[in-house]
Amino acid sequence: MEPFAALTGVAAPLLLPDVNTDQIAPASPEARSLHPDYAKLFFAGWRTRSDRTPDPEFVFNRPQFRVAKILVAGENFGCGSSRESAVWAPMAIGIRCVVARSFADTYRENCLKNGVLPIVLEPHVATAFEAGVVAVDGSAPYTVDLNVQRITCPDGTAVAFAISAAERTALLEGLDDIGLTLKHVEDIAQWESRAGNERPWLQRLRPPPA
Amino acid sequence: MPQTLAEKIWDSHVVGRRIDGKELLYMDRHVMHELHAPRAMRRLGEAKRTVRRPDLTFGVLDHAVATVPGRDANSSADGAPLAKAMREGADRFGFRLFDIDEPEQGIAHVVAPELGMVMPGATHACPDSHACTVGGLGALAFACGTSELEHVLATQVIALTRPKQMRIRLDGRLGAGVTAKDVILHLIGRFGIAGARGHIVEFAGTVARDLSIEGRLTLCNMAIEMGARTGLVAPDEKTFAWLTGRPWAPSGAAWEAVVNAGAALTSDDDAHFDCDVIVDCNALEPQVTWGTDPSHVVGVNEPLPDPDAAGGDRADAMRRAYDYMGLQPGMMLAGQPVHRVFIGSCTNARLEDLEDAAAIVRGRHVPDGVRALVVPGSTAVKKQAEAAGLDAVFRAAGFEWHESGCSMCAGANGDAAVPGQRCLSTSNRNFEGRQGPGVRTHLVSPAMAAAAAVTGTIVDARVLARAGA
Repeated sequence: MEPFAALTGVAAPLLLPDVNTDQIAPASPEARSLHPDYAKLFFAGWRTRSDRTPDPEFVFNRPQFRVAKILVAGENFGCGSSRESAVWAPMAIGIRCVVARSFADTYRENCLKNGVLPIVLEPHVATAFEAGVVAVDGSAPYTVDLNVQRITCPDGTAVAFAISAAERTALLEGLDDIGLTLKHVEDIAQWESRAGNERPWLQRLRPPPA
Repeated sequence: MPQTLAEKIWDSHVVGRRIDGKELLYMDRHVMHELHAPRAMRRLGEAKRTVRRPDLTFGVLDHAVATVPGRDANSSADGAPLAKAMREGADRFGFRLFDIDEPEQGIAHVVAPELGMVMPGATHACPDSHACTVGGLGALAFACGTSELEHVLATQVIALTRPKQMRIRLDGRLGAGVTAKDVILHLIGRFGIAGARGHIVEFAGTVARDLSIEGRLTLCNMAIEMGARTGLVAPDEKTFAWLTGRPWAPSGAAWEAVVNAGAALTSDDDAHFDCDVIVDCNALEPQVTWGTDPSHVVGVNEPLPDPDAAGGDRADAMRRAYDYMGLQPGMMLAGQPVHRVFIGSCTNARLEDLEDAAAIVRGRHVPDGVRALVVPGSTAVKKQAEAAGLDAVFRAAGFEWHESGCSMCAGANGDAAVPGQRCLSTSNRNFEGRQGPGVRTHLVSPAMAAAAAVTGTIVDARVLARAGA
């Protein structure tokens, strides 16, 4: 996984609650291809109107947000399907950090596995931060510093955010999740051996007779 | 120390604790599908890793298969390369793929239970949010993304932080014509789509006990729509009877050991739940969603809610949903014209669901202007239904009778409606565009979907059931 470096970029507001992964990366022939163009999936339904022309009102169609690196969302962002394309699609257009009121469980995990920083701000901080992002309207960049756990706004004010030490380290160092687990390969083997004795029906699965 | 059922299963599967504090949880079974597995296998190969336990790993073709009668692996232009990648992966890594032309083919969450691959007290991984379905058999199931799928392939464990514990006690008895689908839709409406976030939900109480296994699978299927990490129902005699003799279930002395171990698979009387609620189901009526997430739901005889009463962000979301759905607060759903009906998906396409629907359909006919589709949850369900003559009932009534797959649940592979159409669907998500751009989805039980199909309107199926054919 690519390490999360300090990030400076435009913050795009999408302040709706319950934005689900079917909206972030809708099912489509493109999504079902072996090598999807994830940028094409990104909010495909919301980017275009029913006559298939781009919706100029949609935040990511507005010129100043085409280079956004930070997505600012509402409650329960990423609910619904566990599809990881809902993280790869924002990544494909350059998003590396999502600030939300809250995240769906699997979506947050999918972010962490891809080096995308998920930030949840305290409600009283979030309200002012969101208002600032709307007011700035993409005219100036925000800086996210994971080392010191702080977002610096264009007016110089800063907002602190919390993240577990382990998640912070994993992002900063770009740790390989599978590699971390494989350090426990002996534990896994021992567990299998013990379970094979205690619950053989789970460990020794035999195909049914033909 | 007293424990919940989920804690017991969790603790008996902890392999170790990683340096980042996450617990490594062993996955007894891993069932993956063709939409996500090819990428995970490709990355596994690139990292020069292999599948640790191909004997506990299975592949299905469900998300991207065509369901038209007479289909094969090439009938779906999108699905053909994915199916090919699954076959190559099965050959390379040595897991069993239930291919499109095999009798075991079907939707992952339907196939795993019916093959007896899911055991009470076991863990189960599937890279799909509806993995929680198999909790209906008392297993602890985990959904995941593609990176986690690769992780399970390489290690047979998932690294997780322990979720909180929630219990929903479903008191009372369901009235005639009220089903597990109505219960879970009502719960999502009551607690919201994030109401169980961060929790494992145990469904308990008389209603959970009285439900058939098929009903429990439906109930647990939509635990994710409340935001739950997973859901489950404690196993009982019904569970073991249902699993007895299934192809991949143990037999003989091994099966007796499974049943004996099952006695301990309950939450202790004084177990602690972070959230413990009782819901009276006596007065529950058939539910219909009206909006664009599963919490936008009412009883079929209730007026649609007022966004102003909800307040805040959610009121805006409700207004947006009304706009998308072409409905207004205060209206009744009953009487709304219906264009499409879909009976299928991992939620409601088991044999009992098709029987419920057929009981309404028998002797009636789909009117002009309505297209109705039945897509059995698995090839085995399809064969059982055909042996019972259900396909003839549906066909005689003007329904299309298809092969198994995810189909219109996600508007896949040509099984989609057109913009503005109102679709009554037995699936699990009524999100904007889920069944095709601009399609207005209403989630309902199989009987309610069948009633809509044969009347061309949203209607209380109990009225038709009482009237008979």
